[in-house]
Amino acid sequence: MKLHEYQAKGLLSQFGVPVPPGRVAATPQEAEEAARALATETVVVKAQIHAGGRGKGGGVKVVRGPAAAREAAQAILGMNLVTHQTGPGGRRVKRVLVEAGCAVERELYAGVVLDRARERPVLMASAQGGMDIEVVAARDPAAILKEWFDPGLGLHPFQARRLAYALGLAGEAATRAADLFVRLSGAFRVLDATLVEVNPMVVTLAGEVLALDAKLGLDDSALWRHQDLAKMRDLDEEEPTERRASDGGLSYVKLDGDIGCLVNGAGLAMATMDIIQHHGGTPANFLDVGGGATEAQVTEAFTIILEDPHVKAILVNIFGGILQCDVLAQGVVEAARKVSLGVPLVVRLEGTNVEQGRRILQESGLALQAATDMADAARKAVAASRGERKGRARRP
Amino acid sequence: MSILVGKDTRVLVQGTGRAGTFHAERCIEYGTRVVAGVAPGKGGGTWLGKPLFDTVTAAVEATGAEATMIFVPAPGAADAVLEAAEAGLRLIVCITEGVPAQDMARAKPQVTARGARLIGPNCPGVITPGAAKLGIMPGYIHKPGRVGVVSRSGTLTYEAVWQLSSRGIGQSTCIGIGGDPIVGTSHLDALRLFQEDPDTDAVVLIGEIGGSAEEEAAAFVKASMTKPVAAFVAGGTAPPGKRMGHAGAIIAGGKGTAAEKKEALRAAGIAVAESPAEIGETMARLLKGA
Repeated sequence: MKLHEYQAKGLLSQFGVPVPPGRVAATPQEAEEAARALATETVVVKAQIHAGGRGKGGGVKVVRGPAAAREAAQAILGMNLVTHQTGPGGRRVKRVLVEAGCAVERELYAGVVLDRARERPVLMASAQGGMDIEVVAARDPAAILKEWFDPGLGLHPFQARRLAYALGLAGEAATRAADLFVRLSGAFRVLDATLVEVNPMVVTLAGEVLALDAKLGLDDSALWRHQDLAKMRDLDEEEPTERRASDGGLSYVKLDGDIGCLVNGAGLAMATMDIIQHHGGTPANFLDVGGGATEAQVTEAFTIILEDPHVKAILVNIFGGILQCDVLAQGVVEAARKVSLGVPLVVRLEGTNVEQGRRILQESGLALQAATDMADAARKAVAASRGERKGRARRP
Repeated sequence: MSILVGKDTRVLVQGTGRAGTFHAERCIEYGTRVVAGVAPGKGGGTWLGKPLFDTVTAAVEATGAEATMIFVPAPGAADAVLEAAEAGLRLIVCITEGVPAQDMARAKPQVTARGARLIGPNCPGVITPGAAKLGIMPGYIHKPGRVGVVSRSGTLTYEAVWQLSSRGIGQSTCIGIGGDPIVGTSHLDALRLFQEDPDTDAVVLIGEIGGSAEEEAAAFVKASMTKPVAAFVAGGTAPPGKRMGHAGAIIAGGKGTAAEKKEALRAAGIAVAESPAEIGETMARLLKGA
């Protein structure tokens, strides 16, 4: 789960990470009031969306005084902000963060992630603050300093100091930076984060070390023990169909193609997309109905697939294990009756109770094409998506 | 013989709820020697005709169990894994999906320190066809034989196994290592086991996007593996930055793409199937050539 910058800063400051004074605002009026509460003349007004690159897209404005902050908020709130991370559709801005400006001496980078290869968290730091860490990693991997730490113990202070000195910091600034690193590692552990990123982390002319921007990603699997954090989820930032799918216990990702896929299991669902492309078609989505899909879930899955106007054919690929073929077949029949398909349907069933499943489909009278294996299914679905019909519908 | 489990392996089941009970029954039908269930608070009772114990240690003392299958819900799964490791079980198969990543980061070193082997979490388990299964895979699609299978997926593994069995190619052991960012046994670990197993002649490896497990496996194959390996990597069409069902299946920061992985596998001399429908055929060709 992703959080907004203002939420991330609020949480990090609870862990003692210094952030600029500021407040979130949903209206120009609130933004003006927030600016008035600040001690500085310079005010930064930042669009709050779940995407980076906001500055380049016009979502961040540095202004002087509360009246100017109001104007900036007026311009940003409600705008459709397009950045390299939002996709061409952009995101509607509902809130701005109004913060005190500061005089920056140095911009650095700090981030904590789980290093999958080493199977432990790592704190990464770089002197090249303000740049995407992926860009730094690609251009100059040696510029990224790393300290791995025990997930139970957190980053040791000596590791944090080692990073600070290696970044070229000295004196009080080094001490403050090291302290910030330790606090980031603590937040990562306690919040069950997948990502804590401070970019840039700045040293101000006044000698302060601040998290000027902050990004926080949380482990969805751990939200059961963070009910307070779960409430911070911003549903408006999620693709509506993906949100509906997840509410229905389905795993769905929208893609650009025209063949809808309904599959059990994530690996098989990806492989189904791959084989569609292998045979010259394009998948419209990833959809995993899961191990114990019910008839209601299958119906919901069809509804979601059919809501995509680009879908010209649907490929159902089921390898029955826990999810038995007859249960799935019954679900397909019921769903097809309820939602009126309107596009060709290709079904490939294999695995537990496959004979019963095939019989249910055959006796349903549904106009579907049965496929004998994955390749056959993909070929038929691709042909169907082009308005061709390869051969006659075989007996399921 | 085979790796990890055989028909004499004495097996516990931790988590005797609906899923645990359903799958334990299927395992017993398949021939797995399930000796007891562990359900805190229900010790002294019986379940599927087997004794129930409050703790894993008590179950091990009474039954001599060597392995366990865990169906405990996600909030308690890492704890169940640790309990099994401390009780001295040598094989721990954790089926549970949705275990917090940091729980596994904390638990895995403890499991390793005790010399136990963990499979999963978020996996279909392990099966030695014709002998025993510790997992949720449909038993009948498998066929005893001499090809090892290792995969991060569930149903895609069944698909691959089905393609092998349909061609008359039997399997020595099939391991679903799980789709999470941190799993007990990696592709590399499994390849090492198959390489050392005298009853395995060749291996099918099924990977997917995210992480670098396939690259590490490729390096091992190049350096130390003498047995032929066929592979498929799922997710060539997956967009970057999106989690594809499995917690670990995500292209992060441009890394972990299927193309990179296929390239690494090919460079190690592995036969990579371009289509998931050609996994069985790719292995069949390797076996003919061998």
